[in-house]
Amino acid sequence: MSKKEVIEKIAFNVIQGRVESEDEGFDEGFQGQPGVVELVEEALKEETDPRTIVIDGLTKPMEIVGEKFEREEYLIPDMLASAECVGAAMDLLSPHLIKSGVESKGKFVICTVAGDLHDIGKNIVAIMLKGAGYEVLDLGADVPTTRIIETVKKERPPFLGLSALLTTTMRIMGDIMEGLEREGLRNTVKVLIGGAPTSQGFARQIGADAHCKDAFEAIHTLKAMTA
Amino acid sequence: MEAFRQGVVVRPYERLNAEQLTWLDQASMAILEDPGIWCYNERAAMLFKSHGARVWEEPGGHGCWRISCPAGLIREAVGQAPSRFVLGARRPENRLLLDAEIPRVYFGSGSEANVWLETHLDKYIRAEDGTTERLIPHYTERRGNTALLSRAAKLCEFLEHLDFFIRPLNIQDPEITPDNHDVNKFFASLNNITKHVQAGLTTLEALPHVIRMAELIVGGREALIQNPIVSFIACVFKSPMQIVEDTADKVFAVVEAGLPLVISSSPQGGSSAPIQEAGMVAQIHAEILAGIAMTQMIKPGAPVLYGSVPVRARLDDLHDLYGCPEFNQYNIDCVQLARFYKIPCYSTAGVGDAKVPGIQATFEKLLTHLFMAMSGAQYIHYAFGLLDRTNTFCPVQAILDNEQIGKVKHTLREPKVTPDTLEDMVGMVRKVMATPHRLFARHARKAMHAGDISSPFRFESKAMEDKVIAHALSHFDEIENKPAPRLDPSVVDAIYESIPGLLPGLRQGR
Repeated sequence: MSKKEVIEKIAFNVIQGRVESEDEGFDEGFQGQPGVVELVEEALKEETDPRTIVIDGLTKPMEIVGEKFEREEYLIPDMLASAECVGAAMDLLSPHLIKSGVESKGKFVICTVAGDLHDIGKNIVAIMLKGAGYEVLDLGADVPTTRIIETVKKERPPFLGLSALLTTTMRIMGDIMEGLEREGLRNTVKVLIGGAPTSQGFARQIGADAHCKDAFEAIHTLKAMTA
Repeated sequence: MEAFRQGVVVRPYERLNAEQLTWLDQASMAILEDPGIWCYNERAAMLFKSHGARVWEEPGGHGCWRISCPAGLIREAVGQAPSRFVLGARRPENRLLLDAEIPRVYFGSGSEANVWLETHLDKYIRAEDGTTERLIPHYTERRGNTALLSRAAKLCEFLEHLDFFIRPLNIQDPEITPDNHDVNKFFASLNNITKHVQAGLTTLEALPHVIRMAELIVGGREALIQNPIVSFIACVFKSPMQIVEDTADKVFAVVEAGLPLVISSSPQGGSSAPIQEAGMVAQIHAEILAGIAMTQMIKPGAPVLYGSVPVRARLDDLHDLYGCPEFNQYNIDCVQLARFYKIPCYSTAGVGDAKVPGIQATFEKLLTHLFMAMSGAQYIHYAFGLLDRTNTFCPVQAILDNEQIGKVKHTLREPKVTPDTLEDMVGMVRKVMATPHRLFARHARKAMHAGDISSPFRFESKAMEDKVIAHALSHFDEIENKPAPRLDPSVVDAIYESIPGLLPGLRQGR
């Protein structure tokens, strides 16, 4: 297979949402054929420029996946499968991209706040952001406020994402904003919040930078913030 | 058989235990012996007599014979009815496989409503602010006619969860007379739908014409017997316990023609039968068994359905009350009794008192759609579009019923729980637990693509306004714009050449 063919196959499998060879794709009949992980490994072995892999093999097909989702041809599981493909590929490509002097779109620290164990929405956002090229540092669920503040202090991420599903735990987000202010970190990080009980109004009330109703809005918001 | 509609095979819900079934059957036999049957058809009375029943003419010379049937006679005759047969269709994949020993559930339309209910959306402006607009459904009634029946048949062709077609609308065009009623209603149906078509007969004289029409469509007499694209309904019993003269003649004719027949009875608990479950079911079972026995005495092995339509009276006006618990109780018992005798069951669901689509209609329909599908009745009629009991057919309601029945069928699908699927699932859990986010969403795809995962309610509203009717109406408009699956023009020509009484406009579906 030529380098070009491998890239085309990576792109095809991202659209199909096949991380590994054992995965079935959106269409039937691909199980057993190499998935994104195997193909990226092959591309790296053949010394394909990692930037080409990212642009032609991952970014462009993810745009197609987004369009398919917009047309309701794809549902959330299809979108996540493709995002996971990109995430898995980025894990393999990161060291090579650093060597080539290519940076990620930025570090994104994400977590569900203290007292709240709900993490499905947060996980979907984390997978999608990784698939969109961000370096995601996921602290998990029920994360104490002090740990979040310490992480921001240590990692210096440009973005912090906070999630809560309960009306009782969403208030913790306000404590986190105050903690960031107190520690002199507020201006170093953009804070995005989300979760069923939260709203634009609540984001304004606690002084967060944005409220995102889902992963897609988070990606759009980040794009706008970095434009 | 190569192809047939899949319906849904359920694990039947049963109300009666084995002992109660036997007691009910014995009670029915006791009723058939004493007081027996009041029979207003001499040929039928003599048929029973020739098979060993005690028959005598009622005094007064009113043409009424009393029949006292011993249990052995009924059981022996009914035992000859086939457990399994096919109801044909213009398209082979639309045929139905009825097997009394397999609870494969099919849903279809029914009744012969006089009214077609048209749905419109009227724009209203909120008085308080003068700007907020809302579209509110508004309904107008039209008299049923051949053009509307044609539209109903075409609509039903495109309702994916409708398995068979019983004309839901009475045709009342000025040119329609008792003599040409049957040929026009069968032609309007057969020219617009490729699923099985079933109806009652208005006149016995029309039967040869209807059979000829069906033969011309399938390619001859033998082809029709192999693929009976039409079948018939006969309410041979007028409850309580009376065999009707002209319907009995129709039973003779249909059975002798070799086509499938529903022996249907519809007593009303509280007026023409006891309202109590035990009494209602004992009586209707007696009536249906006697009707089925009659078919087998005419021709052993005749394909026949156990047609149970027991209803309850409203106690405020003695009209039928369909969407109530007793309806389900009566009907589930009948399904069990049909299964006890290994005869496919024609049952009923989806009727209510609601006059227009909405919350009441949804409640009444779901209450019976779900329970009757759970009972494992093979052939559930009345299930699409009926409102105001059985007096109105509303196409938008039929579209809503299609959605509801689809969800009911999906709910009752056989569980896919096998050692193989469980091995896959354990592997999936292990795989996902090894990932950072422990999210199963990606692994939903296989089930999603296999059609195992249902879609959200098709006509849902996303905002704070109920738009179900508006969405259903727009879906109806989409179907109306599709071409009808018309018969081949040469077949239509042949039908018009050999069958009298067909309305000229119907040829073009008008």
